[in-house]
Amino acid sequence: MAVSLYVHIPYCVQKCGYCDFNSYAGAQPSEQEGYVRVLLTEMERWAGRPELAGAPVPTVFVGGGTPTMLEGRHLAAVIAGAARHFALTNDAEITTEANPGTVDFEGDKLKLAFDAGANRISFGVQARQPHLLQRLGRIHTPDQVERAVAAARAAGFRNINLDLMYGLPGQTPAEFRETVDWALSLGPKHISAYSLTVEEGTPFFADFDAGRLTLPAEDDEEEMFAAGKAMLEAAGFEHYEVSNFARPGHRSRHNQVYWRNEPYLGLGCGAHSFLQLRAPLPNLGAPRPRLSASRVQGGAPIETAPGRPGQRYRFWNLKTPSPYRAAIERGDWPVEAGEVIDRPSEMAETMMLGLRLLEGVPEERFRNRFGITLNDVYGTTVDRLISRGLLERAEGAVRLTPRGLRLGNQVWQEFLQEQK
Amino acid sequence: MIDQKHIRNFCIIAHIDHGKSTLADRLIEFTGVLSAREMQDQVLDNMELERERGITIKAQSVRMDYQAEDGGHYVLNLIDTPGHVDFTYEVSRALAGCEGALLVVDASQGIEAQTLANVYMALEHNLEIIPVINKIDLPSADPEKVKKEIEEVIGLDTSIAIMASAKSGIGMKEILETVCAFVPPPKGDPRAPLKAMIYDSYYDSYKGVVTYFRIFDGAIKKGDKIRFMASGKEFVVDDLYVFRPGLVPVDELVAGEVGALAAAIREVKHVRVGDTITLAEYSAKEPLPGYRKATPMVFAGLYPVETNDYGKLRDALEKLQLNDASLHFEPETSEALAFGFRCGFLGLLHMDVIQERLEREFDLDLITTAPNVIYHISMTNGEEVIIENPAMWPDPTNIAAVMEPMVKASIITPSEYVGPLMELCQDRRGTFVNMEYLNEKRVNLHYRLPLAEIMYDFFDQLKTRTRGYASFDYELTGYEESDMVKMDILLNGESVDALSCIVHREKAERIGRPLVTKLRKLIPRQQFEVPIQAAIGNKIIARENLAALRKDVLAKCYGGDITRKRKLLEKQKEGKKRMKAVGSVEVPQEAFMAILSAEVDDD
Repeated sequence: MAVSLYVHIPYCVQKCGYCDFNSYAGAQPSEQEGYVRVLLTEMERWAGRPELAGAPVPTVFVGGGTPTMLEGRHLAAVIAGAARHFALTNDAEITTEANPGTVDFEGDKLKLAFDAGANRISFGVQARQPHLLQRLGRIHTPDQVERAVAAARAAGFRNINLDLMYGLPGQTPAEFRETVDWALSLGPKHISAYSLTVEEGTPFFADFDAGRLTLPAEDDEEEMFAAGKAMLEAAGFEHYEVSNFARPGHRSRHNQVYWRNEPYLGLGCGAHSFLQLRAPLPNLGAPRPRLSASRVQGGAPIETAPGRPGQRYRFWNLKTPSPYRAAIERGDWPVEAGEVIDRPSEMAETMMLGLRLLEGVPEERFRNRFGITLNDVYGTTVDRLISRGLLERAEGAVRLTPRGLRLGNQVWQEFLQEQK
Repeated sequence: MIDQKHIRNFCIIAHIDHGKSTLADRLIEFTGVLSAREMQDQVLDNMELERERGITIKAQSVRMDYQAEDGGHYVLNLIDTPGHVDFTYEVSRALAGCEGALLVVDASQGIEAQTLANVYMALEHNLEIIPVINKIDLPSADPEKVKKEIEEVIGLDTSIAIMASAKSGIGMKEILETVCAFVPPPKGDPRAPLKAMIYDSYYDSYKGVVTYFRIFDGAIKKGDKIRFMASGKEFVVDDLYVFRPGLVPVDELVAGEVGALAAAIREVKHVRVGDTITLAEYSAKEPLPGYRKATPMVFAGLYPVETNDYGKLRDALEKLQLNDASLHFEPETSEALAFGFRCGFLGLLHMDVIQERLEREFDLDLITTAPNVIYHISMTNGEEVIIENPAMWPDPTNIAAVMEPMVKASIITPSEYVGPLMELCQDRRGTFVNMEYLNEKRVNLHYRLPLAEIMYDFFDQLKTRTRGYASFDYELTGYEESDMVKMDILLNGESVDALSCIVHREKAERIGRPLVTKLRKLIPRQQFEVPIQAAIGNKIIARENLAALRKDVLAKCYGGDITRKRKLLEKQKEGKKRMKAVGSVEVPQEAFMAILSAEVDDD
């Protein structure tokens, strides 16, 4: 069974105001080097496990953080390591994320990454207007975006994604249209357009709470979404997921693995995996108290019951870099905890994730996977959502209507259990 | 057997925060009933809720032994009483069991309205009152001023007043000595037929109903066959107890004593508070005069969020009623909320306490409708009807007159706040009665007010406008004609019975407008636009539109997000479950109480 690969690089030049990712600013080069070393050790150890032995790996995604924070040779070592340890398919999609502000225009960072095997690059662009970039806490300028895209092309990349954002504080619909126009002019194969989410625990959240963050009016936000979609579709992009657009044949294969609820292995601190275990793995049993770095470094780790072979789990590594590193250097698995994904959960998550894609959940794929029809499991739920105008049955699939696309949460939650 | 002349039954009267429970704790500690180590803070407030809120809801008792300086060995029964106006009936029950009372007044705050009300009640019961000036060790204490106030306002002799600080343990011995010296021993003939008054009861699953009583005449022993004079039911006494403060078994209790009994009584209705217990074989001819009965003043609908919990709610209400005779309930059906109960409460705090106990002790999710008072309506056909539920309001064309309950309110306040308070009372349709000066700085303001007007945030307003310095008490004075109308709330064009309320015609718009605004904020946006309207009959007096929900979608969900985002969606779903579908509109619980907190328009 194919397994995709996610590799986490937890470093950034600085944290953006809206960012709730697992990333840390201000790491020294020596720390980064040590991190890459244990990352390669983690790869090597997974390569020896039955889940990965001989498993074709169709996609690799190096994300962050900012992978391009690493020196070129280290980024290349990570990519090459994945290719060395795992059975990458011939046509494997290998993506690295990149911050235009960390591209060395005089150096050969992107070239090293490409030569090591990367064939897709994803730039965090967000907006064209300097005042918006500044408000977001981005380190790059619009000019650097243009140069970074050119550098990627020069390095050999043909498959380029640009991440954009809308619904930003102080952003007007005209500005977002300008951003989309400009992004299209840079010739990407893929564009992600995210509505800003103010996440708890971020500086934006504190600002929002204190009334210091004025978000665009609902009508304006709606207009940005509609205008962005229309412009991208007019330019030949297909809207294929809530926030994702691609030219035909250039959808992100890696991300579709998530949305189709297929297996993946996450490497690096805080990375999540979704795998059916074939051998025991520690710390997947009963939940346990969160480990502090000092407790992990200071002595024997607290282990709970190992995950049982045969079961599907979603599990995650220790979140911060140092306990993660310490665990690997000790020879332990750096797994922090996980949850069993039993069949009902797997079905529910297949719906929750699959209904993010505009193609929806193909009924045949559901039946092949679970041996029961989607209708038998979710018929009444689907009918109810159809009567609310949020879902439709079309082309052999259950999928969101245009209205459902704007009210996805109302749809997805219907397939889940309530939780207090 | 204890000599009656060495028994002292007394209670403590105090305003909230004046240190009553702390004083009770110190006395218990001082007499050695419990060692300091055993003392849980404020042992007499033993309900979790009481301790959390720092209030006393149920009357509690404790028996203490005290060796006085006169050489006598005394038995002191302290009966703790609630301080809040809602629980006045508990106070009256406790007072009937006492011969004396400690009047605790804060040395810096002085007399408060509720203290005054309880002191007058104690004087009616001919209790010997011992003033205790508490918190004398605070820098702001002015005991001489407070003493003067007690003399001038209540007319009590303060020559025996005790200077105390319950917190620091100052004055405990003096208090106990004064109780022994000044509180009269109980009268009553231990050889006469038994007359014991029931002042409380609770249900214990092992012992059955445990009945609390005070013996006025006669004696009672284990194994005696007793009769409850009102219900006529007879039982054999299995166990007798005194309070220390937990139940401690004894063999006999005699005239003047306070105690409890268990007699395998399975049905709480046989044990009526205020009833007289006598012996089956040697019985009293006449029962003791009963207590003032607690009448519910405020009514509200209680509905389970989960319709299936109806039976659970009924069982829970029945269990609470065992301990709280003042709780009334009867089944009620609402179009919007399905099956529930119309419950009668003594006041808003009582309602709040019951609701919280139901949710906490019985794990129920409840929707409470806005509380209302009882209206008496004269119909054009000469019939008189009593309305406890706005949904039952008659067709206005058949109404000749509506009568609403009125209260006589007393507000004690520093004189500089008289202006704002008069404004508040005027706004609440109050009529000024008079104002008396307690001293040069404090006044007692008397107003006549509709009960309905003091239910909605009156107390909060009072506190806000006087920076917390005013205190307030009221008593019911009867019914008065008033131009009341029913205001309906329409969601999506449909009247929601559980949101209807009774308002004064002239204030309808001023209440209706902020109410629909509040509802617009409380009700989450639905998939379609929902008009929210307030109407009197067919006339719409306020309207707002709840805009349709246009966007509710997580922008990102990648491999590392799935667990967290799933939990987020599960939580959102759980929140929805707690809402009530009214027609096609999902309405949260708080919406049904919105009128309580809707800011009234000032124009």
